[in-house]
Amino acid sequence: MLARLVKERLRPYLPFVIALTAFQLVSVIAQLYLPNLNADILDIGVVTGNTTYIWHTGGWMLLITAFQICAAVGAAYMGARIAMGVGRDLRGAIFSKVGSFSAREVNQFGAPSLITRSTNDVQQVQMVVLMGCTLMISAPIMMVGGVVMALEEDVGLSWLMVLAVVVLATVISLIVRKMVPGFRLMQKRIDLVNRVMREHLSGVRVIRAFVREPYERKRFTEVNNSLTDVAIRVGALMMTMFPSVFLVMNASTVAIWWFGSHQIDQGSVQIGSLTAYMTYLIQILMSVMMATFMFMMIPRASVSADRITEVLDTEPSVEPPRNPLRPSALRGVVELDSVSMQYPGADEPVLRNVTLRAEPGQTVAIVGSTGAGKTTLISLIARLFDTTAGTLKIDGIDVHDLDPDQLWGHIGIVPQKAYLFSGTVASNLRYGNPEATDEQLWEALTVAQARDFVERMEGGLDAEISQGGTNVSGGQRQRLCIARALVARPTIYLFDDSFSALDLATDRRLRAALAPHVTSATVFLVAQRISTITGADQIVVLDDGEVKGIGTHDELMADCEEYQEIVASQTGGEDAA
Amino acid sequence: MTTTAKRPMRQRGPQIGIGAADKPMNLKGSAKRLLGLLAPQKVRMITILVLSVAAVVMNVISPRILGVAVDKIFAGAIGGSMHVPPGTTKAAVVAGLRAKGQGTQADMLARMDLVPGVGIDFGAVGRVLLLVLALYVVASCCQLIQARMLNYAVQTTMRRLREDVEAKVHRLPLSYLDGQPRGELLSRVTNDIDNIGQSLQQTMSQLLFSSLTVIGVIVMMLTVSPLLTVIALVAIPIVMVVTGQVMKRSQKLFAAQWKHTGELNGQIEETFTGHELVKVFGRQHEVDATFKQKNDELMSVSWRAQFISGLVMPVMMFVGNLQYVAVCVIGGLRVASGGMSIGEVTAFVQYSRQFTQPLTQVASMVNLLQSGVASAERVFDVLDAPEESPDATGTLPATRGRVEFQDVCFSYSPDKPLIEHLSLSVEPGQTVAIVGPTGAGKTTLVNLLMRFYELSSGRILLDGVDITAIPRAELRSRIGMVLQDAWLFHGTIRDNIAYGRIGATEEQIQQASEATFVDRFVHSLPDGYDTVIDEEGSNVSTGERQLMTIARAFLADPAMLILDEATSSVDTRTEVMLQHAMAALRSDRTSFVIAHRLSTIRDADTILVMEDGHIVEQGNHDDLLSAQGAYYRLYMSQFEGAVVDEDEDPTAMAPV
Repeated sequence: MLARLVKERLRPYLPFVIALTAFQLVSVIAQLYLPNLNADILDIGVVTGNTTYIWHTGGWMLLITAFQICAAVGAAYMGARIAMGVGRDLRGAIFSKVGSFSAREVNQFGAPSLITRSTNDVQQVQMVVLMGCTLMISAPIMMVGGVVMALEEDVGLSWLMVLAVVVLATVISLIVRKMVPGFRLMQKRIDLVNRVMREHLSGVRVIRAFVREPYERKRFTEVNNSLTDVAIRVGALMMTMFPSVFLVMNASTVAIWWFGSHQIDQGSVQIGSLTAYMTYLIQILMSVMMATFMFMMIPRASVSADRITEVLDTEPSVEPPRNPLRPSALRGVVELDSVSMQYPGADEPVLRNVTLRAEPGQTVAIVGSTGAGKTTLISLIARLFDTTAGTLKIDGIDVHDLDPDQLWGHIGIVPQKAYLFSGTVASNLRYGNPEATDEQLWEALTVAQARDFVERMEGGLDAEISQGGTNVSGGQRQRLCIARALVARPTIYLFDDSFSALDLATDRRLRAALAPHVTSATVFLVAQRISTITGADQIVVLDDGEVKGIGTHDELMADCEEYQEIVASQTGGEDAA
Repeated sequence: MTTTAKRPMRQRGPQIGIGAADKPMNLKGSAKRLLGLLAPQKVRMITILVLSVAAVVMNVISPRILGVAVDKIFAGAIGGSMHVPPGTTKAAVVAGLRAKGQGTQADMLARMDLVPGVGIDFGAVGRVLLLVLALYVVASCCQLIQARMLNYAVQTTMRRLREDVEAKVHRLPLSYLDGQPRGELLSRVTNDIDNIGQSLQQTMSQLLFSSLTVIGVIVMMLTVSPLLTVIALVAIPIVMVVTGQVMKRSQKLFAAQWKHTGELNGQIEETFTGHELVKVFGRQHEVDATFKQKNDELMSVSWRAQFISGLVMPVMMFVGNLQYVAVCVIGGLRVASGGMSIGEVTAFVQYSRQFTQPLTQVASMVNLLQSGVASAERVFDVLDAPEESPDATGTLPATRGRVEFQDVCFSYSPDKPLIEHLSLSVEPGQTVAIVGPTGAGKTTLVNLLMRFYELSSGRILLDGVDITAIPRAELRSRIGMVLQDAWLFHGTIRDNIAYGRIGATEEQIQQASEATFVDRFVHSLPDGYDTVIDEEGSNVSTGERQLMTIARAFLADPAMLILDEATSSVDTRTEVMLQHAMAALRSDRTSFVIAHRLSTIRDADTILVMEDGHIVEQGNHDDLLSAQGAYYRLYMSQFEGAVVDEDEDPTAMAPV
């Protein structure tokens, strides 16, 4: 998966890759040629006492060194460009893919997971590409070049070279093979320690209230010890690596001198050649080592690559129609005809056979206990999901045939979880209508009962809002979200339990102000407090995904048992009129 | 928005400059304290030092001895190649060469230990090579042992540090924990400790070994050839300057890279979290455009950062190569002139190669060390934070449950008084409901009773005993508390409920679950009570989480009870059913109930209405209603709607 992903992403950088390879080739050849010249200095210059030759060859060596650094710098440049470019492209690809997802796919992955995939996972792959650009390309060149040059010296010790490479590769891969699962285990244990720590911080009140400090300390000691155990084990393995590698290298040097001295004695080899041969062998062994390290990074990056590919290969479930209908204006007639919705892989549908019709100017309230499917119903109308059965029509047009942008342009949603974007109050309010004037913003704030506190905020409309809106209280956030929907002036309003964080007095004032503002719109609102929706044109009672009743308050009080129960629970029984 | 994106996996390989931007405030002091952590392992540390020195000495001497072997081979090769009559002395050969005018060659031979006409003395060469091999083996063993010992020392030290921090968390006053952004503190106790471990391990092993090697190599080079050593030493300032310059530049770029990464990640997080808003409000195109721009910016700064930092290696190689060329040429000339032996030159070549690499390592360590010390500083900050006052040793009689607040004042920050001169007394077995707008001090009041915070003045008495006169654990173990924020840990549902009472039996857990309606939804979960609650809590709803925390308190069976908005996320039908269970739990126990929905607290013995840290009204439901005060207004606003909708005059439609 990693190979496929990287190969695909490298395609636009093919010229860069070719240039990189060329630079690496020059750099490695230069690096390999130097010992050869040194051998000449020793064998020709020194032995014959030819100082001119020594100076001459020295000059050549300088020139080659200069060449080498130019090539190496070029390679570093290409490597950085390629790796960071691939990283950027991957982030871009994931981002636009997620942009095409419907709420269903986003929920399936979970927003936090998608975030990790487009940040950390991309970084992992990017790192591997960067390492690959330096090591993956230069190591084989170095190895092949080293072998060729070594054979050139013709000292008759090829068997030694083969032996050294095999021994080194075996030693390293034995260690690495044990180390990789060790690292993985260690990462798990680190996560575990961090999780317990996180729980201790987030649950500090509960822990103290139940006097569970001794228990929690014991729990922490356990995970801490288990982490330390594996860290010591993995660390010890890692520490074995370098002494072993150096031992193999040093032992090979000694062996070369011993066996080489016999060749010298027979006069078949010169001492300079032997020195050069030794240098080549060290270089070959180094490249073997680097290549092995490279392989160490691969397992971790493959996991990341898999996670990225999973996102990129997911097809969005809500596809814009091929020939979308773009009616000039939507009035806001919403019709659901035996609509069902079932998550893929789920045993039961979240919504079953829902049929209802809402006209412009009407308010439809949706009530029911947690998990009854209220939010799903709202999301379906916004076409954040698609129905799995039945049809949903807006102004008589099946939503599947509508241009999604057109549809969304007519919808104002206030989600259950009040969410604001980083920026200012104004930038948030203009989110659905960038052209709105300041007066329009203030008007919306007035309706949403948010004018007072926005006026009091430093900067008023230009007051800073931090990511998620964490710098304003829950109630204020909710009111700003309502104002944001109002500024967009949609024909269909979707309020998903949007008043929950407001105290009752504010709630009341807000509803009173809202009513004249939305007279020509179709309003759907999910509510917990029955008291706030008794005036709705239609109340839909949902229970376990099924509609238990549709009607006005009075109708439902007369014939819907579930509704009566809900009302009773909120008014303390005897008050229920 | 609450997603704490997973900690970026620690990168191995080239320095990506973790925390490159942050510099320690007090490098020396903190570094000292960091090293001080290793103090308990003194013996081990000394052994490590001795072993390192031994390994370095052997590693450094070996090429020199190898040089002797090379000389013997060379001498043998030259000697063997001379076709002279047996018995001819070296002096004669040298003289002969001089006579022929080959002065340079004669000088070279004069320094050699050769016998003309005699080839390589394999016995002698073998002995020297065996010695070298033995040295290498022993050196590797020393290195291996020291590295393992160091690893052990660092890991156990990290374990202790984590342990200390964890213990500290339990001793810190809540006011301190509240004052820290949660993610910030968490990152200190997790990421920073990780980072300390990483940098301690790497710097300790490499810094020690590399600097020892540099010193050893310099000494050895001096013994071989002072002239060549001077040439090699020229590399030091070059390496330092180049690395310093590159680091300075790349650090700036890395800092910019982190900033851009942060911004981009922020945008990704925001867009993905607000996915449906982006869609419905038609912002996809704008969002894409900003993303593309930020993504491009990040790329352009990060490739620069990578490129600049990637220059260290080639430049070092270049310096190394220059050195190599210089040593080869000058060494060659010296051998030719008889000033040096060929073995010395090969030894020197080996030394100069051993020299630049550790030098580069030492230079690059500075960065890592800095970020490690900066992390250590943040952890020390936590360890040095003032702790809760020590526990008193008094004891509490068997709880009857009489609670008295006497002239209590409290504030979270001195400039904003919250609770002022509050007095209150509650008889054993009473249920006290606390109502009032957000920020009135309801939660604070019960937190004070739990002694989560210390009073500014006044006293709180439990059965006549000042709560500061008894250990906190003693006080808290008498009170069961259910918080608004339903905290569950990562574990099974059973474990989470059993948290209320150590050693609870299966029946007790079952009973508590049934009474609190946990049993009902647990049955619909595929794994029942063995369902693991994950951190996101995505597999159970907020309401269900709350039910579990209630079950936990139920199981704890405490002498007193505090319910702080315990049912705020439970749907109203379930809540009504819960009321019966809660009523049973409350009977005969002193209970404090904070509630949003007034319908749930009507039968409380006393209702406290709080506003701005004061109790503005106190009495039972009927009394307060007929008083037509603050409680009456609150009550009306909640129930009016059920009868008449959207009427502006609240007094016009009183219920009942």
